Amino acid sequence: MTEKNRFKTFSITLISVWLILLVLVPTLMVLAVSFMTSNTPGEISPVFTLSNYKAILDPLFLQVLADSFEMAFVTTALCLLIGYPFAYNLSKYRGKFKSLLLVLIIIPFWTSSLIRTYAIIIIIKTNGVLNGILMALGIIDEPLRLMYTEAAVLVGMVYSLLPFMILPLYAVLEKLDGKLVEAAKDLGAGRMRTFWHVVLPLSMPGVIAGSMLVFLPTLCLFYISDVLGGAKSLLIGNFIRNQFLLTRNWPMGAAASMILTVLMFIIIYIYYRSTKKTGREAI
Amino acid sequence: MSSANDIVRLESISKSFGGHGVVHNLDLCIKDGEFVTLLGPSGCGKTTLLRIIAGLETQDYGKVFIGGKDVSNIPPNKREVNTVFQSYALFPHMTVFDNVAFGLKMSKVPKEEIEERVKEALDTVMLANFADRMPQNLSGGQQQRVAIARAIVKRPKVLLLDEPLSALDFKLRKQMQTELKHIQRKLGITFVFVTHDQEEALSMSDRVVVMNEGVIQQDGSPKEVYENPKNMFVAKFVGEINVLQAVIEKTINGKLRANVEGRQCRLTKKHTYVEGDSVKLLLRPEDIRLEHIKDADSDYPLQGIIEETTYKGATLDSIVRLDSGTVIMASEFFDEDDPEFEYKTGEKVAVKWVDGWEVLLPDD
Amino acid sequence: MMRTLKIGYSSLVYAFLYVPIFVLIVYSFNASKFGTTWQGFTFKWYQSLLDNTSLMTAAGNSVLVATLSATCATIIGSLAAVTFYRYTFKGKKAVMSLVYILMMAPDIVMGISLLILFVTIHMEPGFITLLLSHITFNIPFVAVTVMSRMKGFDKNLFDAAGDLGATEFQTVRHVIFPMMLPAVVAGWLLAFTLSMDDVIISFFVTGPDFEILPLRIYSMVRLGVKPEVNALCTIMFTLSLVIVMISQILNRERK
Repeated sequence: MTEKNRFKTFSITLISVWLILLVLVPTLMVLAVSFMTSNTPGEISPVFTLSNYKAILDPLFLQVLADSFEMAFVTTALCLLIGYPFAYNLSKYRGKFKSLLLVLIIIPFWTSSLIRTYAIIIIIKTNGVLNGILMALGIIDEPLRLMYTEAAVLVGMVYSLLPFMILPLYAVLEKLDGKLVEAAKDLGAGRMRTFWHVVLPLSMPGVIAGSMLVFLPTLCLFYISDVLGGAKSLLIGNFIRNQFLLTRNWPMGAAASMILTVLMFIIIYIYYRSTKKTGREAI
Repeated sequence: MSSANDIVRLESISKSFGGHGVVHNLDLCIKDGEFVTLLGPSGCGKTTLLRIIAGLETQDYGKVFIGGKDVSNIPPNKREVNTVFQSYALFPHMTVFDNVAFGLKMSKVPKEEIEERVKEALDTVMLANFADRMPQNLSGGQQQRVAIARAIVKRPKVLLLDEPLSALDFKLRKQMQTELKHIQRKLGITFVFVTHDQEEALSMSDRVVVMNEGVIQQDGSPKEVYENPKNMFVAKFVGEINVLQAVIEKTINGKLRANVEGRQCRLTKKHTYVEGDSVKLLLRPEDIRLEHIKDADSDYPLQGIIEETTYKGATLDSIVRLDSGTVIMASEFFDEDDPEFEYKTGEKVAVKWVDGWEVLLPDD
Repeated sequence: MMRTLKIGYSSLVYAFLYVPIFVLIVYSFNASKFGTTWQGFTFKWYQSLLDNTSLMTAAGNSVLVATLSATCATIIGSLAAVTFYRYTFKGKKAVMSLVYILMMAPDIVMGISLLILFVTIHMEPGFITLLLSHITFNIPFVAVTVMSRMKGFDKNLFDAAGDLGATEFQTVRHVIFPMMLPAVVAGWLLAFTLSMDDVIISFFVTGPDFEILPLRIYSMVRLGVKPEVNALCTIMFTLSLVIVMISQILNRERK
């Protein structure tokens, strides 16, 4: 074997073995467990069953699923609504603060979302800053009860995930050739039509990538709903965690997490299609 | 063909990429000290052939010999050849000195010797004062010289150059052509030069190897390739050429009488064609002479009408439509004794050429 | 008019992102233990953090895991990037897809899959399981960071190195590695940060004997707002800030 081949073989083997042992095998194990039977908490017997997937049709779980998707959908929509105009403005900005403004969006990306969630608590808790200001201004007489509501979870999610929407949007909008917009206007398209027919279609990969980076984590970030929503808010992430650590019904938790995995593949496929269509990448 | 002083010998080399054949069963010998050019259009396999000699690609079939040794399965880092890349491929994180020293460091040459040899190489390419610069801060021509210095510092048996001048502007390219030729003579190293520019190939090389679709079309001196192209591809690729239809009517002592574009002509060059052969008669534009026709009855063999003339400085280029309808181009040098040397559009002219300068190829 | 609207809107978004963190930082220096009123500047919450030995142990554990996992992930991820860039091999597409999927995979799915793996092979949850998990989720981030830098390289550079007599290892050592170094460092910083911040995956794979900072913070945060937590979060935020700045400087140098 030549020296080049030795190096090549070493690298390929190391990476492949690592990924197979710590990614592929565990994922297949989750799949396998999701078809196993759990009679008593903490016990798994390798008896094939579809009951874990049938249990998904249980109204209790369907409610969790519906709540989760609603939360993920509303969070994604809000992030897109807030993030798109912001990213568009930032991409058009040519002033001297450009790099500073961009770094200010990157910093939250690198900051623990747990810490950022905690910062939200300080603001919205009953004797927190927001109530303090509102009362001082005389808008309200007694503190609003904001914590442990669905709205609190929503604010926490948007707050945590907004940068994940803005950055991919910014990446595609920044690459968008300004001449295309000029050409559209030159050809007689107005502001709205230029946006609708030129800017939006070309930024679709960014929209989809951003949505992907917001939608999936919303389902999984169990600590945000835990901390801000209390016991009332049960998202699929909390459900899976509970199946593993409280109820100790692993097969049920595994089945629920397979839903997330399938969902991830669907979203990746949609993103892949959109980049093929426009020839652009956002991440 | 092969002899003891062949520095490079390729034996029935074939190479394909993804099922698409790029080089087909190709043989080539290169003598020590030669300046050989591989000439051909893009995709003809010339760069692949160069990379096979360098060891950067492995041939599917065939053998590569360098200095008489079979190197077919030897990686590039152990072959005594070096390459000047089209993009220069200078290491952006190293100074000019370190770039040139790289190859010597890799083969663990002592430090003092490295210093000395790098200096010498930089002197050769006239960049002695640029040793501490970073490549990004050099002009295109200077980067080119660093690439050459880096390749010659290892004193390779063969220097391979992959379209090294294509990124330079016209004037700099001319200058580098002369300089490369000079460096080659000074070092006495064999140069294998790849280009798609026929003028560059003709002016620089001892030998030109014309390639198309992975096959050698002609292998000869620049003069041979230009004046006696072996086939239509070479004729058309190497310079401008006019193609006329002709049929051999009679052969007398190797000389011929032929019907060229419907007119009787005598051809003086020796040929082996027989009566009735259909051939193509090729003429370089600069070999054609046009004459004004004063007497309407004179029976000049070929006649035509001027369609367009273009003033080119040193030459006057004329487009002529022959009576048969074929359009040809003539490129004539100005004659200082003839102030009336010009043609009017629509004027009838006779078409002649220097006896024996035509090229005949079989019609197929 | 339009301009004012744009500036106003963008400022609102920035305010939304930064006011809570700003308030958090200010409160970490507030002498008052309860309520929102300002009762003078103090360092005492930071002092009480330092006095909390179990918290300090957790912090030390986190730094240890983050440093080791970032380093291992950087080695493996950079090798992966070089391999994907330089070689073709059977199954390359599959391995590359696995890397991208791993980056997108929901944390919780990765957490439980690793939990099932470790339980199956009877590995005691603790330092080793945590380290292996962190290396795994960090690999794709390093690989992608390094690959995005390598995209701009001239492939001829590596041919040139080989042509000049460098062995494959020498080519990687003297040409490829120095050229991708800024991306390697940036990848390490990203991996370190992700490891220091991870809650979800660690939640499933660590054991009671090996406490780490993010999980400690999680259990503190669940109990409500406390000045010590303010101080701790301020420190963590500052750490992220410093790391972002370093990686931005590295990023700028390559342009």
